[in-house]
Amino acid sequence: MRKLLIPGVDKRLLVKDAVRQMPDLTRRRFIAGGASLGALTLLTGCDVSDSYSAEALLTKISKFNDAVQAAIFNPNTLAPTYPESAITQPFPFNAYYGVDDAPDIDGKDWKLEVRGLVENKKPWTLDELYQLPQEKQITRHICVEGWSAIGSWTGTPLHHFLKLIGADTSAKYCWFQCADSDGYNSPLDMATALHPQTIMAFKFADKILPRAYGFPMKIRVPTKLGFKNPKYVVSMEVTNDYKGGYWEDQGYNSFSGS
Amino acid sequence: MSSTTVNSGDERSGMRPVAPDASGSRKVLQPAWVRIVHWVNAVAIVIMIMSGWQIYNASPLFPFAFPRSITLGGWLAGALLWHFAAMWLLMVNGLVYLVLGFATGRFRRKLLPLSARGVIGDTKAALTGKLSHDDLSTYNQIQKLLYGGIIVVGILIVLSGLSIWKPVQLQYLTALFGGYDIARYVHFACMALIVGFLIVHVALALLVPKSLRAMIIGR
Repeated sequence: MRKLLIPGVDKRLLVKDAVRQMPDLTRRRFIAGGASLGALTLLTGCDVSDSYSAEALLTKISKFNDAVQAAIFNPNTLAPTYPESAITQPFPFNAYYGVDDAPDIDGKDWKLEVRGLVENKKPWTLDELYQLPQEKQITRHICVEGWSAIGSWTGTPLHHFLKLIGADTSAKYCWFQCADSDGYNSPLDMATALHPQTIMAFKFADKILPRAYGFPMKIRVPTKLGFKNPKYVVSMEVTNDYKGGYWEDQGYNSFSGS
Repeated sequence: MSSTTVNSGDERSGMRPVAPDASGSRKVLQPAWVRIVHWVNAVAIVIMIMSGWQIYNASPLFPFAFPRSITLGGWLAGALLWHFAAMWLLMVNGLVYLVLGFATGRFRRKLLPLSARGVIGDTKAALTGKLSHDDLSTYNQIQKLLYGGIIVVGILIVLSGLSIWKPVQLQYLTALFGGYDIARYVHFACMALIVGFLIVHVALALLVPKSLRAMIIGR
């Protein structure tokens, strides 16, 4: 394990490069194992033979923390809102790739696919989505890394859209898939999906969402950490199955509520 | 102040009648519950600090990062897993400590009375080498200040941590700290105070080994 820690090489990027070469099934295990094997190696200075049990324990506690957070999530508690003057200028671009590698989507060709436990699976064009009622919010985006920034997003409340497509809102998750190069995806628990401030955002600062911030559609969830706010969304699946997510599979807590 | 410690010594001799030893080594200085919560807290706080440093490195508040060799978790996700696991140990153990500390009267007996004049007097005595540590059952004014103060810092680091973790659900708590961004600085400052305390605390425990022995075997 020590040999994997090359000085001057960012382990996160190293692992990501390695993972790209791997089939999906091994991927989750390896990453989850890698994170804490490395941790234990750093802690003790030597390999811990039963580190998988520490790994398993940490994963179990993280699942317990999912349940605790779901329990204290109040569907009526609104995220604080701010005046226009509080908006962070410029609002940071943040992804695991540079802004030049961000998906460049042609709005005319793009369609939002809707799958899973919904009555109407018809795909939606951008023009059709723009016809839906929209709300504006100025809220704080909090990154899992710790920094925060206040932004202004405008879009359709997700609960409105879910009703419109006849989604089974007793299902457990809305699972979003995105156009990012590595196939970003993220599950959103249904209680949060139905929260009044969870919106399908089409605008940032009153202008059509720029490419850097997720054109054509970002799911803005002010009650979650930033990585649970997928950009460049291409499809939504309503499902009872936990299908994992890009960062969730690498060890970030899945609920990650604010 | 020493009545409980004497009493527990008496109870022990009642159960196991042997002649009291003149050196007073049979006096229980640290009851079992104090020793247990102390060492559980030691494990929890070390995990919290080391994983916290790794989390800090993901988005530093100041122009420095902690060397990876002294952090825990390998990277941000691993550190967060450790941090949000050990927080339960820290919080539950801390609550047990606070409840028992008040309920048994230990806080009142050990940490009071405390006065500015006393602290200044004892600081002078310490600096001139006149502060005695012969009687470990009684804290001097500096000890009272530091042990009482670190409890307050401990409460603040948990509350500021909760306000960073849940700035929406616990938004009134977060507002109390001046908002999310300022709460991060409060959390960091509390960590720095605890690390400072730990350096002095561990150094003195090693300088006065019988205090370390008392925290391990009780006397």
